[in-house]
Amino acid sequence: MTRAQTEQACILAADHITKSFTTPEGAPLAVLDDINFKLREGEIVALLGKSGSGKSTLLRCLAGLIAPTSGRALYRDAPVVAANPGVAMVFQTFALLPWLTVRQNVELGLEARDVPPAERRDRAERAIDLIGLDGFESAYPKELSGGMRQRVGFARALVVEPDALFMDEPFSALDVLTAENLRTELLALWAHEGFPTRAMLIVTHNIEEAVLLADRVLVLSSNPGRIRAELAVDLERPRDRRTASFEALVDEIYGIMTGRAEERPAVAPVAAAQPSPIDEPMPTATVGGMAGLLEILLARGGKEDLPALADDLMFEVDDLLPLVDGATLLGFATVDNADLQITDDGREFVIADILTTKELFARKAAERAPLVRAINNALAASMDGNLPEAFFLDILRRGFSDEEARHQLDIAIDWGRYGELYEYDANTGQLRREHRAPEPEQDPVDA
Amino acid sequence: MRQSFPTRDVWRRPRLRLVDLLVGGAIFVLLYGLLRVGLTVTHPFVPGHTQASISTDPAELPYYALRSLTRMFIALGLSVTFTFVYGTAAARSRRAEKVLIPLLDILQSVPILGFLTITVTFFIALFPHSIVGLEMASIFAIFTSQAWNMTFSFYHSLITQPRDLDEAARLMRLTKWERFWRLDVPGSMIGLVWNGMMSFGGGWFFLTASEAITVNKRSYALPGIGSYVAAASARSELGRVLLAIAVMIIMVLGVNFVFWRPLVAWSEKFRNEQSEAAEQPRSIALDTLRRSRVPGLIARPVRPIAALLDRLTRPFGIADRPLVANVARRRAGDALFGIAVAVVIALGSSSALRYIADNVGLGAFAHAFGLGAITFARVIVVVAVSTLVWVPVGVKIGMSPRLARYAQPIVQVLASFPANFLFPFFAAFLIATGISLNWGGIVLMALGAQWYILFNTIAGAMSIPSDLREAMDNFGVRGWQRWRRLIIPGIFPAYVTGGITAAGGAWNASIVAELVTYGHHVLVAKGLGSYIALSTANGQFAKTLTGIVVMSIYVVGLNHLLWRRLYRLAETRYSL
Repeated sequence: MTRAQTEQACILAADHITKSFTTPEGAPLAVLDDINFKLREGEIVALLGKSGSGKSTLLRCLAGLIAPTSGRALYRDAPVVAANPGVAMVFQTFALLPWLTVRQNVELGLEARDVPPAERRDRAERAIDLIGLDGFESAYPKELSGGMRQRVGFARALVVEPDALFMDEPFSALDVLTAENLRTELLALWAHEGFPTRAMLIVTHNIEEAVLLADRVLVLSSNPGRIRAELAVDLERPRDRRTASFEALVDEIYGIMTGRAEERPAVAPVAAAQPSPIDEPMPTATVGGMAGLLEILLARGGKEDLPALADDLMFEVDDLLPLVDGATLLGFATVDNADLQITDDGREFVIADILTTKELFARKAAERAPLVRAINNALAASMDGNLPEAFFLDILRRGFSDEEARHQLDIAIDWGRYGELYEYDANTGQLRREHRAPEPEQDPVDA
Repeated sequence: MRQSFPTRDVWRRPRLRLVDLLVGGAIFVLLYGLLRVGLTVTHPFVPGHTQASISTDPAELPYYALRSLTRMFIALGLSVTFTFVYGTAAARSRRAEKVLIPLLDILQSVPILGFLTITVTFFIALFPHSIVGLEMASIFAIFTSQAWNMTFSFYHSLITQPRDLDEAARLMRLTKWERFWRLDVPGSMIGLVWNGMMSFGGGWFFLTASEAITVNKRSYALPGIGSYVAAASARSELGRVLLAIAVMIIMVLGVNFVFWRPLVAWSEKFRNEQSEAAEQPRSIALDTLRRSRVPGLIARPVRPIAALLDRLTRPFGIADRPLVANVARRRAGDALFGIAVAVVIALGSSSALRYIADNVGLGAFAHAFGLGAITFARVIVVVAVSTLVWVPVGVKIGMSPRLARYAQPIVQVLASFPANFLFPFFAAFLIATGISLNWGGIVLMALGAQWYILFNTIAGAMSIPSDLREAMDNFGVRGWQRWRRLIIPGIFPAYVTGGITAAGGAWNASIVAELVTYGHHVLVAKGLGSYIALSTANGQFAKTLTGIVVMSIYVVGLNHLLWRRLYRLAETRYSL
C-alpha cells in the first residue's frame, strides 16, 4: 500500500505494556511482557499468536477496556485512561444487541454521541449500504446468518468513523467462504479513497489471514506474551495465496510459531535441568487428536509441510499447533522449519496394537511431560498411592491462574488415564496410582 | 415453559461469611428502629376512618377486589423500581455489593408476615389520622413478597452480562442512562418478567394476610378481598368465603390473561441466544394488541420523551469505569466504610438487645428457639410429604408434553391462589372433628408451599432430554432403576429450587397457620409462628422482635447449611 510506505503519524502506541494477573497463591502471572509497538496512519497490523499469547488482552489494553499492570497505551500521544474514543471494535462473537434491529444497532453508537436523529438516520443508512446490508435494516440479528451479523458488526463500527478499527478474530466464527468474502470486501473498502478509518489492527490466529490482510505482522509468543517477531508484508495487493512469495512468508511464520520456546529466560541450570510443570505447560491436546495427527502424517510418508497439512485438514493454527506441541513433547514427532517429521517412536505409536500403544504412551508421558511425570513420581512416593488433587493444584497455582491450573491438571489426568498411569475419582478429587503403572526411574522427589 | 420458579440463579449464593453476620445484625437493628419509631408516636385511630372489620355484602365484593388489585399493582411498581435501583447499585458498586447482597439474602429469608406488625406500627405512626398508613403497610407487605426474587434475578443478569456486550457498550461510549435502558434492562428482561409474574402470584397470599390484621389488641381492616374473607370467616359465613374464592380465581386468571401472559410472550424478543427458541410462548392478548394501532399511538408521544430523557441524563456521564484506581485510597475508603457500618450495627444491636432484655429478658431467645424447633418439625413434614406426593405426579406430567401443556398453567394458578382463602374451611373442619391445630397446622402450611415443589418438578422433568429417555427405554431401564439413574438426577436442580422456596413459604405461612380464628373459636398451635402472631396481637413487641430474629436465623441457617450444599451439588453434578 502506498499509504503505508512513508513514515506516517502514529495513532496508537503500546509503551512497555505489561499485564499480569495475580495467581491464587499471590504470585504475579504475566500475560503480556513489555510490549512496544506503534500503529501508524494508513497501515493494517495483524497481531498473530496462539491462544494464551495475550493478543486479545493487548487489543483490549489499547482499546482502553482493561488497564495494563505497568506501561501505558497512548492514543494520539495521550495516555488511554478509559474506553478509547478513537477506536471502534468488531468482535468475534459479533456482540450485537439481540433486541435491536440492524438499523438500531448501527445507530446506537451515534446516539451515544448525541448525533441529531436526521443525521443519525442518514449516516446509518450510508453505512448499511456500504457494507451490503440494504434491505435488512429492520431485521433482528437472530434472523441473520453469521456472515450478515458480522456485517452489522462492521457497519456499527464504521458508522462512527473511528480513527482506528480494531478487530478481534472477526472472521473466525464464520465459515471459510463467508470469511473469505468478507475479507475481500473489507480490503476493497480500505482501498477506497473516502474511507474515514486511518488504521486497522486485527487479532487473529490464522496465519494466512494475517498475511492476506496486513502490512505488518506481529507474532506473539505465549506464556508470557512477547513480540517474538515482526514481519513486513510487502506483497502487492490484491494478494494471491498461491504465489511463491506468499507461501514462503506463511512458511516462515509457521516456523516462527512452532519453534520451541527458545528464548525462555534461562532457568538456573540446576543439576537435572528438567523443566518443571510450570516451565513447560501441558499443551491442550487430547491423546486421540495426537494419534490422528500422527496417523495422517504417516500416511503421507512421515513428513509434511505444516501449512499444507493445516490447509488440507481445514484446520487453523489454534487447532493444529497444540497437537503438534503434544506430539513433539512426547517425542513422537519433530518440527524443523515448518516441516513435521514423524520419529521411530511415533511410527510405533501409530502401528502397534492398543496395549503396546498404551505402554509406549505411558512411558513417554511419564518421562517427557513434566506434569505427568510429577504426578506419577509423587504418587509412587506416597504411602498408599493416593493423593488429593488439591496437592497438585496448589503447586500449579504458583505459576498458573486458578482456571489454568485446573485445565493443566485435567489434561494431565486425561493423559495419565489413557496411559493407565493413574486413576482419578471426580467425586473425592483423589488421584490413585494404577497397579500396573511402571515404576518411575529417577528420584521420586520432584516439583 | 421449562423455567423453575424462582429462576435458578436467584438462589445462587456465596458461602456465609462474617459480613453476613454483620448484615443480619443490621436487619435486627433496622426492625428495632422501625419499632421504636412506631412506638414513640401513639396517636389513637380516629374512629370512622378505619374499621375493625368490613361488610360481607356480596355487592361490595367487586369494589373490594378492585381495591386489592390496585394494591398489588402499586406494590409491583415499587418492586420494579426497587429492583432497578438496588440491583444496579449492587452490581455496579463494589463496596455496595459487599453489603447489599448479603442483606438481600437475609431479607429474602426473613418471614415477611413477621415484618408486618412492625411495619404496620411504623406506617400508622407516620400517618396517624388516616387510612394511608394501613394502605402503605399492606402494600409494603406485598412489596416484600415480590421484590427480593426480582432483585436477585436482575442483579444476577447484570453481573453475568456477556463480556463482549459490556465492551461494545463501553467502546460506543453509551451514557449511563442509555446503557441502562438499551443493555441492562433488556438483557435481564426475561428473568425479570418470569420472576415478577411468579412473585406477583405469591403476593396474593400476603395481600390477604395484610388487609385484616390485629396489632396491639386492636384490629384493622382495609376494604379488600382479603379482609372480606377474614370478615366472612369471623362470622362463619362459608358461603361468602366460597364466593370470594370464585372472584379470586377470576382475578388471578384475568390478570394472567391480560397482563402476564402478554408480557411473557413479549419478553421473548429479549432472549440473547442468537437463534429462535424452539417453542415460543404465545399470547392472544398480545397478538391482538400488536395487530391494533394502540402500540403506535402510545409510541408516538413516548419517543420524543425518551429522546429528551436521553439528553437530560447526559451530564450523568458515560457508562465506563476508570481504568486505574488509587489502591491505597480505595483500601482506606473500604476500611472506613466497613468500620462505620460495623459501629452503627454494634450500637444498634446492643440497644435492641437491651430493649429485649428489659422487656422480656434474654431467656426469650432460648424459649423462641425451642418453639422454632417445633415449627421446624412441621416444615420438615410439609416438605417431605409434598415431595412424596407431588414429585411422582410432577414427573408424570412433565414427561408427557401433552399433559404438561395443560397442567402447567393450572399449577401456576394454584400456586398463585392465596392458600389463606381456604383456611376458614379447614378451621371449620378442625373444630368439627376436634383435631388439634398442632397437627392441622401442618396442612395449612402445606396448602401454599406444596405447589412450588410440584411446579418445579414439572419444569425439571420437562428439561430431561427426550434422547436420554429413549436411550433408557432402549436399554430397558425401568422402575426404581430408572428413577435412580435418570429421573431423580434429572429433576434434582429444579427440585432443589422448589424445595428452598417451599420451605421458605412454609416458615412464612406458619405465622398465619399456627393461629387461626374462625367464628368465636381461636385455634392455637404450639410453635414459633403462633408465638410471633400472639405477641403481635397482644402488643408485646419485644417478643415479636425476638421471634422474627429467631425465625430468620432458622431460615438463613438452613439455607446455608442444607440447601446451598444441595444447590451446589445440583449445579456441578446434575445440571443437564
